[in-house]
Amino acid sequence: MSGAVRALFLRELRIARRIGGGASIGVVFFLILVTIMPFALGPDLNLLAKLGPAILWIAALLATLLGLDRLFQADADDGSLDVLVNVVLPLELIVAVKCAAHWVSNALPLILVSPLFGLMLAMDAKALAAVAASLIAGTPALTMIGAIGAALTVSLRRGGLLMAVLVLPLSIPVLIFGVSAASATSGGAAPFLTPFLMLCAISLFAIAAAPFAAAAALRLVRE
Amino acid sequence: MRLSAEKVALERGGRLVFAELSLEVGAGEALVIVGPNGAGKSSLLRAIAGFLPLAAGRIELRGGDADASLGEQAHYLGHADALKGALTASENLSFWAGVCGGDSSRNACSRALGCLGLAHVADFPVHALSAGQKRRVALARLLVAERPLWLLDEPTTALDAAAQALFAAVMGEHLTSGGLILAATHAPLGLECARTLYLGPAESVAA
Repeated sequence: MSGAVRALFLRELRIARRIGGGASIGVVFFLILVTIMPFALGPDLNLLAKLGPAILWIAALLATLLGLDRLFQADADDGSLDVLVNVVLPLELIVAVKCAAHWVSNALPLILVSPLFGLMLAMDAKALAAVAASLIAGTPALTMIGAIGAALTVSLRRGGLLMAVLVLPLSIPVLIFGVSAASATSGGAAPFLTPFLMLCAISLFAIAAAPFAAAAALRLVRE
Repeated sequence: MRLSAEKVALERGGRLVFAELSLEVGAGEALVIVGPNGAGKSSLLRAIAGFLPLAAGRIELRGGDADASLGEQAHYLGHADALKGALTASENLSFWAGVCGGDSSRNACSRALGCLGLAHVADFPVHALSAGQKRRVALARLLVAERPLWLLDEPTTALDAAAQALFAAVMGEHLTSGGLILAATHAPLGLECARTLYLGPAESVAA
C-alpha cells in the first residue's frame, strides 16, 4: 500500500513537472497579480506595506485555484480515473495523495517566492516571515477545499469557472484568518498567534474531512 | 472461480438499457458480447467493474478474494487508454503496476511491453506514439498486475493485424492460466473457444 501511495505521488509530481503549467505558471501568475497591484493602488509605499499581506494572500488564493480544476478532470478525460477507482488504494486516500502532490508542486513554490514578491510591496522582514508562515499553515486548506470543487465539476467541460464560484466563498474563513495572521506585525488588529492557530485548525480539519467529501463527490458525479 | 450475473437490469439516464440479463463465465472461459450500438455492451462491462449501479439483479465473482470488491479483482480497459501523454510508456506501466498491486520494476514493464511487440518504445513519451501503439501500451497494463477478470471494451481498436494476433496470444495465455475474459467488440478477437452473448437493441428489451 505504501508502495502504491509512493507511485501515485511520484507520478503526479512527474506530470506536473513535465507538462509545466504547474509550478512555473502558478508562480508567474502570482508574480503578475502582485505586480499589477502597485499600478492600481499607486506608489504609496506605506499603503502598499499595509496592504501587502492581503495582496499576497489574495494572489496566493487565486494562483492555488488556477491548476486545481484539472486535478481530477485530466484523469477523468483519459480514462485513468476509471482504473484508479479500482486500485488497491481507497478513493479517499487517492484524493489525499493527489492533493498532497498538488500542494507540493503548486502551493509550495508560491510560499517559497512570497517573501521575494513581498519585497516589491515594501514589506519589512517580520511581515514577510509572517506572510510565509501563514501561507504554509493556510494553503493546505485552500488545496483541500479546492479538491472538493474539482471533484464536483469533474464531468463538466468548462468546469473551471464554476469551480472557482463554488470554492471561493468557502475559502473566505481561510482568507480572514490568513490575512489577519500575516498582517499582525504590520499594524494588524490581532496578535499573530490566535489567527495563526485558527488557520492551522482549519487546515487540519480540511485535510481530515475533504478527502471524504471529494471522494463521495467523485463517486456521485461519475455514475 | 466463476463470474455470474443474475437477472441484471441497468438504467442510463432514466432509460432501461436491458433487463433480466443473466450470464455465467467460468475460469478459463471467454465471453464475447456483441450487439448493435446502444445495446448496452459498455454499460454491462462498466456495471461489472462497479462504475454503474444496477437497477436490479446481482453480479458476483464466486471463488474470488472475499476481501476485495469485484472491481478490484478486474482489469477494466475502456475506450480511453488511461495513459498520460507526458510520461513514457514504461513510466505509465510502472505506475499502474504500483497502484494495482503488481510488479512495478522496469524488467516487468519491459516484459509486458515485449509481449505486445513494443519493447522498443518503452522510453518514448506516450504522446509521441501512434493510436495503435498507445492501445498496445494500454493492453500491456493487463499484464503488469495480475487480476483474474479482464473486462475489455473494444480492445482491438486501432490495432494492426500483427498486434491483434499478439493480443490474441496474450488473451489465450490468460485463459490457460485460469483467467476470465469479458469483451465487448464488433471485430472478431481471434479467440476460438470464446462464447458469444448477443445483446439486442434497447427497444426490444424495454418493450
